[in-house]
Amino acid sequence: MLPRQAGIGAGSPRLGDAELWAALSEVPDPEMPIVNLVELGIVRSAEWQAEQLVVTITPTFAACPAYAVIDQSIRERLQAAGVADVDVRVQHNPAWTTEWMTAAARSKLQAAGLAPPPRHRGNVIQVLMEPVACPRCGSHNTTLQNNFGTTPCRMIYTCVDCKEPFEMFKPL
Amino acid sequence: MERTHQYALSGYLIALADDELILGHRDSEWTGHAPILEEDIAFANLALDEIGHAKLWYELAADLLGEDKNRYPDQLVYFREPARFRNLQLVELPKGDWAFSTLRQYLFDAFEALRLEALSQSRYVPLAEIAARIRTEELYHLRHSQAWIPRLALGTEESARRTQAALDALWPYAQALAAPLPGEADLHAAGIVPSSAELFARWSAAVEGFLTEAGLQVNLGAPISDFSRKVHSEHFESLIQNLQSVARLDPEAMW
Repeated sequence: MLPRQAGIGAGSPRLGDAELWAALSEVPDPEMPIVNLVELGIVRSAEWQAEQLVVTITPTFAACPAYAVIDQSIRERLQAAGVADVDVRVQHNPAWTTEWMTAAARSKLQAAGLAPPPRHRGNVIQVLMEPVACPRCGSHNTTLQNNFGTTPCRMIYTCVDCKEPFEMFKPL
Repeated sequence: MERTHQYALSGYLIALADDELILGHRDSEWTGHAPILEEDIAFANLALDEIGHAKLWYELAADLLGEDKNRYPDQLVYFREPARFRNLQLVELPKGDWAFSTLRQYLFDAFEALRLEALSQSRYVPLAEIAARIRTEELYHLRHSQAWIPRLALGTEESARRTQAALDALWPYAQALAAPLPGEADLHAAGIVPSSAELFARWSAAVEGFLTEAGLQVNLGAPISDFSRKVHSEHFESLIQNLQSVARLDPEAMW
């Protein structure tokens, strides 16, 4: 964590790109704190417009209830890094896709027992026909339990071999 | 985009959004009441998604009208008179039994899939992009509701009977999907939106085939008499009262 710097306003030195992205990479996803907003592909840009830093984000699912928390966490983290004036803007176009998630984020999900979204290259229906690997035992002998899960972005499977239910991040 | 088209499209989008909102509201009534846990989770998610999609359409309408998109959706949802909603009667009917809600979801999802596919080709780019976003999410809805129809219709005697009864009740209302949305004629001529009648023809062929294969009789009973979206059923006022009651208690409250 960078030390909180109080009272920095207009005229303060601007953080450079490296520092900005480092700070943004410390903002966890509210529903899956093991991954951060940058590696999920939610933060699209961070640009200075005069003295204001404009952060543009693309929410994952249209109805994602975590949006307000995401907005607030970004502000708080950047303010702690010394950016006095932050504006978080939502851009829906182009739509967020799981293809934007980094390999690091996928590995973290996998390690936490949440199957990462399969790569689909634009064809979600096709990839949903393919077997899903159990994140615990690696077996492909798994069955779909529910197209919906505990958050809008997850679906539920059961592993036939290790008998455990697990969630997969929906390919989108 | 021309000003007349902007205005027409805002009305069109509000009608689309009203369908999503009201269907989402009915879906939400299953939360805590679905027959099995998985379906409780599924209907809660369907409700959340539909209401989220409504919000995107209301926001796009706000942009077109020069309204504040942070406030306009709430204004429309919580402070509009029931008579000014433009949703189909299909989506406002009480949730019924679980076969009824699942079949309604299927009928609506199957139509929406076609409409979103067409809207994602719209010449108006912001509309096309939002349609593409919603379309991917809706894949999961259709996949879900479609999987249940044969299970219900070919399941037990009781599930078959209830599913057939649901279809008989819903079919006359579903015919209103063929009617143009507000402003559709001009917008269609300009390449901005598809023709509902054309979508309906494709929908009918696909849905009738699917239902028949599941052993259901597609009863071509008389359609409801009013397709205008301006006339609501007797069930609508109480739905809106319920939906708006908290917001109207304190219109200035911050959430």
